[in-house]
Amino acid sequence: MYRYDAIDRALVDARVAEFRDQVARRLSGALDEDHFKPLRLKNGLYLQLHAYMLRVAIPYGTLSSRQLRMLAHVARRYDRGYGHFTTRQNIQYNWIRLEEAPDLLADLASVEMHAMQTSGNCIRNISADQYAGAAADEVADPRPWAELLRQWSTLHPEFSYLPRKFKIALTGSAADRAAIRFHDIGLQLVRGPDGALGFRVFVGGGMGRTPFVAPLIRDFLPAGAFLSYMEAILRVYNRFGRRDNIYKARIKILVHDLGAEEFARAVEAEHAHLRTLGIDAPEAEVERIAAFFADPPFETGLADAVEDGGDPAFAAWLARQVEPHRVPGYRIVNVSLKPAGGIPGDASAEQMEAVADLAERFSFDEVRVTHAQNLVLPHVRAADLRAVYEGLAAVGLAAANLGLASDVIACPGLDYCTLANARSIPVAMAVADRLRPREAELGELKIKVSGCINACGHHHAGHIGILGVDRKGTENYQLLLGGSGAEDASIAQILGPGFTADGVVDAVAKVTEVYLRERRSGERFLDTFRRIGAQPFKEAVYG
Amino acid sequence: MRLLTGNVSRTGEVVWWAGDRWSPDVADAVGLEPAEGEALLAREAVAEKVNDLALVEAEPGPDGRPRPRHIRERIRAFGPTVRPDLGRPGRDWR
Repeated sequence: MYRYDAIDRALVDARVAEFRDQVARRLSGALDEDHFKPLRLKNGLYLQLHAYMLRVAIPYGTLSSRQLRMLAHVARRYDRGYGHFTTRQNIQYNWIRLEEAPDLLADLASVEMHAMQTSGNCIRNISADQYAGAAADEVADPRPWAELLRQWSTLHPEFSYLPRKFKIALTGSAADRAAIRFHDIGLQLVRGPDGALGFRVFVGGGMGRTPFVAPLIRDFLPAGAFLSYMEAILRVYNRFGRRDNIYKARIKILVHDLGAEEFARAVEAEHAHLRTLGIDAPEAEVERIAAFFADPPFETGLADAVEDGGDPAFAAWLARQVEPHRVPGYRIVNVSLKPAGGIPGDASAEQMEAVADLAERFSFDEVRVTHAQNLVLPHVRAADLRAVYEGLAAVGLAAANLGLASDVIACPGLDYCTLANARSIPVAMAVADRLRPREAELGELKIKVSGCINACGHHHAGHIGILGVDRKGTENYQLLLGGSGAEDASIAQILGPGFTADGVVDAVAKVTEVYLRERRSGERFLDTFRRIGAQPFKEAVYG
Repeated sequence: MRLLTGNVSRTGEVVWWAGDRWSPDVADAVGLEPAEGEALLAREAVAEKVNDLALVEAEPGPDGRPRPRHIRERIRAFGPTVRPDLGRPGRDWR
C-alpha cells in the first residue's frame, strides 16, 4: 500500500489545523454559516437530515487494517457505532457533531486518511477495481496509476473549481468491476501491440438526471503520456463545460453536445501542447509509487485445493464469495455487507474491527471497499478460507449472496439524505427479503435502488433499477430494467408508471417470474431482457 | 399551520421552535401562522445558532399535537425509519 511521505503528511496535517481554526471561528460567531458552509464542504462535512454527515475518502477503495480500525474508532467515538460504505468506495458517518469534527479529522490524519475532495466541484476520490493486484484476469495493477492521479488531483489549483464534480475510475482488467463507463473519465489498462502499457480512455459517462455510457475517445494512450492527457481532458472541460446550468454542467453533457469525435479532437489539440511541458510523471516517480504496490510476500508451492468438509453453508459461501487469485494457493474473498435484515453497506464498529483483524491475520493487512458496498480481503491463502469464513460468521458477515438478488445496492435515501425524495433502504431490504428464497435459482441479478434522480444507488446501471420519486408528497417508485455497470454497460429503461413501496416489490417479483419463464440455458436476467425486450415484462407487471 | 425547524449549528441536531426556545422533540413544537413564522425565521436566521431554517407544513397528529405533514420532515423529527433504535423513543414517523 502507498504510505504518505513528508509532503502528504504536511498537507493533511495543515488542512486539519486550518479546519480546526475555521470551526472555532464558526462556533464563536466570527464566521457566519454562508461563509463557513463552503469551507466545511471542502472537508467532506455535509449537513443532512438528522445531523452533520462526514464523507471520508478511501483512495481507490484500499484500506490497511490499521485504517479500518480507525474507521471503527470514528464510528464508536464520534458517531453512533456504525458507518455506511458508499457506491464510490468511501465511507459516510451520519451523526457527526461539528464541534468534534476537527478531532475526528486529526484521528483520520494519524492513519493517513482525510475527507478532502469528497464534496464540491473538484476531482473526487479516485475509484478502482477492488480486485486490483489480485485478479487472475488483470493486465496490470491500476493502483499505482490511481495513486498518481490522487497526488496530481489533490488540491490541484486549476481543477478546484470545475463546472461540476468530476469522478475518475480505473480498472486493469477487461472485466469491468469499477463501472468505468459511468464515470467522467473511465480508464482501462491494456497492452499495445508491442506489449507496451497504456490506457483505453472513456470520457463522458455518468448517471443522474441525464445518464450516458462513456464513449471511447482514445483507444491507446501510452502510459508515459498519462497525466498530460488527463490534464488535457480536464482543461477542455474547464474551458468549454457549461457553468450557466447546474443540470448541464457535467462533462457528459459537453461530450454529448460536441460529439465524442469532436471532443476527442479538442483534447488531442490541447494534449499536443501540454505534452511538451513536462507535466508527465518521470519514470522514476512512477516506479517509486509502483514499489508501494509490489506483491506481498506470497508463499509458493501452496496447495490450491479447498475442501468444504461437507458443510453446506461453507460450501455455498465458497462458491459465491470466493474468486480466483492470480497466485496459486490464494483466493480473493468477498465480504457481503448485505446480510439478511441488514442495511446495504452499513457496518458496525465491531464488524469493521473483525474484518480488520481477519485482514491482518489472513490477507497481508489489506482490505478493499467495492462500489457495490461490500468489502474484499484480496489475498487469502486457500488453507485459511475456513478460518476467515468462521471469523466473518461470528460477526454476521458470512452471507453468500455476491451478485445475487439480495446483494442490493442502495443509497441512504430519505432516511438520511437531504436531497432524497423517497426512501431507498427499506425498499432494498424488502426486495432482498422477497427474492432471497429464490436467489440461487435466479442467478446473477444486480438490483440497484436510488432515492432520487441523482442516482447514488446506480439505478441506471441495475439489471433491475428502482428510482424513488416524490409524487404529490408521497413516495413513488419507478421500475427500470436492462442496465449494466459492467463491461457490457447499458442504461436501464423505465418500464412504465410508478408504484408504491409495496407495489414496486411486487413488480420486481413479477419481473423475475417472467425471466424464469422465458430464460434460455445459461442466460442471466440481463441476457434474457436484452433478447426478448421490455414487452413481456410490461405485460406481467401492468397487464 | 407551520412548524419552524432547523439544525443546531454546533451539533447538527434537529430542533423545533417550541414557543420560547428550541426543542429536539417535535412534540414540543408550536404551530405558527405564516406571518408569525416568517418573522421568527428572520429573527433566528440572524441569531445564527440554528442552520437550514425552514417553515414546514404541519397537521394535527394522532395525539392532537401538530406534526410535520411531509414524510421528509417526519423522518427528520423521529429518526431514520430503518433504525428505530436511533430515533426518538416512543415516537413513530408514520
